[in-house]
Amino acid sequence: MQADSLWLIVLGCAAATFIWRALGVAVVKRIDAHGAFFQWITCVSYAMVAGLVFRMIILPESELAAVSLSIRIAAVVIAFAAYYLLKRRLVAGVLAGGVSLSLMASFIG
Amino acid sequence: MVVSGNAEVMRKALLDALSLPAFILLFTMMGFGSLARGAGFGAEMAAVASLLVWGLPGQLAMVELTATGQGFIAIVFACSLANARFLPMVVSFVPAMSRSRSKVPGMLLDAQLLSINSWAVCLREFPHIEPEFRHRYYVTFAGSILAAAVAGTLLGYHGAVLLPAALVLGLIFVSPLFFALVLAAVSGCAERLSMILGCATISIAHYLFPSVDLLITGVIGGSLGFAAGKFCKAGDAS
Repeated sequence: MQADSLWLIVLGCAAATFIWRALGVAVVKRIDAHGAFFQWITCVSYAMVAGLVFRMIILPESELAAVSLSIRIAAVVIAFAAYYLLKRRLVAGVLAGGVSLSLMASFIG
Repeated sequence: MVVSGNAEVMRKALLDALSLPAFILLFTMMGFGSLARGAGFGAEMAAVASLLVWGLPGQLAMVELTATGQGFIAIVFACSLANARFLPMVVSFVPAMSRSRSKVPGMLLDAQLLSINSWAVCLREFPHIEPEFRHRYYVTFAGSILAAAVAGTLLGYHGAVLLPAALVLGLIFVSPLFFALVLAAVSGCAERLSMILGCATISIAHYLFPSVDLLITGVIGGSLGFAAGKFCKAGDAS
């Protein structure tokens, strides 16, 4: 494809993403930050973000799909165990989960 | 302990970014950089995409559909749909910064800087930061991880780092793990219920409506969680 049309795609995608952000600002301007609508949309955000994370771990479309579901779940359990055992340090949990997934993927397959 | 003071807050924001999120962005955007190259984009196009789109699911939709030769409208539409989560994220995030007087251009810039990382980390850290310094914390944190993301895109594009496959898997896994750990610590009955119901909803919506699964998950999981939250508040003594 031509460089010009690729640039157009990049800028078009940036604008099309910005629309949602700008709509968010428009809504913020009009709502009460303590009202029911705000609480509802906060719940919508949490449901979406949790769903996205769940999809990334349980239903991945990335290279992770090649790793069996039981290995992915085991790595999540190890990550949470390390997090809670080591004074709730995010680095500990993330490292333990990432390393255990790498090791299980190479030795168990 | 509540942090306040410009220097203190910026130091905390930089340390919090460098403790993990900046590296997570560096690695995940390396993946995007190499995909963008495969789809025929130039290095500077890939970097600008990370800088201005600043939402990985949309960026991935952009390179995947371009690689398969889709038309402009289809690509932009798919990217937009994949990033629609920014609407509720901006709405739930901006008031948390508790800025008393904010003008629209500044708010638009704040909205442009927002990503899932900043959203999750700032909502977690804000209670520990004096309200008038929260915006500074956010801008410093978001700016640092955005810089790491652009750097990662360029590194990945130029294939600067070749890693063994097993290690790459571990690195891809780090990003969702990080969010899972951050979200597990979220308090608030309605928020927790929404997250659980969101996970339940997406396991069905992903198969029935794969292109809008996140939107459906947000609306159904969030609404059910919001409604159910009324009951736990009623039973809550506090």
